[in-house]
Amino acid sequence: MYLNSNTLPTPEAVAKVFWLGCVSGQLPFHLGVTLLRLAVGFSIAMLLGCAIGIVLGRNKKLDAFFDNWLVIFLNIPALVTIILCYVWFGLIESAAILAVVINKLPNVIVTIREGTRALDQDLLDMARCYHFGKRKTLVHVIWPQLHPFVMGATRSGLALIWKIILVVELLGRSNGMGYQLHLFFQLFDVASILAYTVAFVAVIQLIELLILKPLDKKALRWRR
Amino acid sequence: MTDIQININNKTYPTASQPSIANLKLSLNSNEFICLVGPSGCGKTTLLNIIAGLDNAYDGEILVGQQHTHPKIGYVFQNPRLLPWRTVRENIELALDDNQSPEVIDALLEVMQLTQAQHVYPERLSLGMSRRIAIIRAFAVDPEVLLMDEPFVSLDAPTARQVRELLIKLWQQRPHTVLFVTHDLREAIALADRLIFLSASPMQAVSEISVPIARSERGNELAIESFRQQLLQNHPEIKQLL
Repeated sequence: MYLNSNTLPTPEAVAKVFWLGCVSGQLPFHLGVTLLRLAVGFSIAMLLGCAIGIVLGRNKKLDAFFDNWLVIFLNIPALVTIILCYVWFGLIESAAILAVVINKLPNVIVTIREGTRALDQDLLDMARCYHFGKRKTLVHVIWPQLHPFVMGATRSGLALIWKIILVVELLGRSNGMGYQLHLFFQLFDVASILAYTVAFVAVIQLIELLILKPLDKKALRWRR
Repeated sequence: MTDIQININNKTYPTASQPSIANLKLSLNSNEFICLVGPSGCGKTTLLNIIAGLDNAYDGEILVGQQHTHPKIGYVFQNPRLLPWRTVRENIELALDDNQSPEVIDALLEVMQLTQAQHVYPERLSLGMSRRIAIIRAFAVDPEVLLMDEPFVSLDAPTARQVRELLIKLWQQRPHTVLFVTHDLREAIALADRLIFLSASPMQAVSEISVPIARSERGNELAIESFRQQLLQNHPEIKQLL
């Protein structure tokens, strides 16, 4: 009785909704808005997280001071920070981005900090002996060693941000995938929910294939 | 090239009860090849790290000419310490000063017979080749002192001999002050102008001996062995350090 019903629509029905969404421009628009928020939130979280993670990994005193704070922020439920950001700063775009960044940042810091702790001291000493200086050491000695950690933070981060960003949009924005999914939920429109999910999965696959895999290949070309 | 004076009054590790180096005085004449010979664990690497400026927790002074400063160094570590994600050439280029011309690399690669391997990543090379690259990198920066920490350890005898001969060829073409650490007396005699024997706990200079064998005779193993026997006979204090 569930087959070919509103609750479990056929692939054809989902494809039709997908196509209509694309033609009307609704689906690309909302997907685009969400992607833009993702790009901004992700970039800020990664840049800040890498910088703070490297500093904490290299400085034991700072690390000891911030360690507890990090654990607290790592474990605060995403929903709490989202609601607080909206309550404190209003239902505005920057509050939405801030909520995303606050949720993602501790994960990046912890991952990069572990990577920095695992840096090869012999290579760092070599760089000191040959007067590499800070920039050369960061680019040629530290960063290549952090690559697996950065890629780990990127992949797990993208997955986390996708999930958070939809809740952020659902709670306080009037556009984006999260807002649309909320609307479809209220209308009990499962076909649209599935059509948007397909678009979502396709974008993730494209990011992996067109950006992350080539980055991996380039960075790890030296390996046998 | 300037003469270098190294005076270390005391070097004690925080967890150790006694100093690892005490009252050690070394004078390095310019363009001299010096071998430091001493038992394993006597603190030779610590000494090189102090000269390199990697370890500053010691009481003493280093003088380059009349100046209290660390000399510009090239360091060949026991493990070649090449960046595996950079090619052979890039590894050498990265060590150069901004004002140095990379042309020097071509000449050095040729002497060390590595021109063909310059665009290869280090992981694809043998240990002997990696060691040769580390030697090129150290020469390329035109150092005031070249530090070498048992660079031929764990190489098989023919490869060690080949790399040693290439090192001497390079050093004769581009003379530099070399401080070469080893616990192999034959290797030390084959390379050095002067041998400095070091004792353990704490490390002190026990004796200094010049090697009178002509450079052209250094490949002659009989000459090396006969000088070694003569050394052990005339300097019984050396025996317990080997």
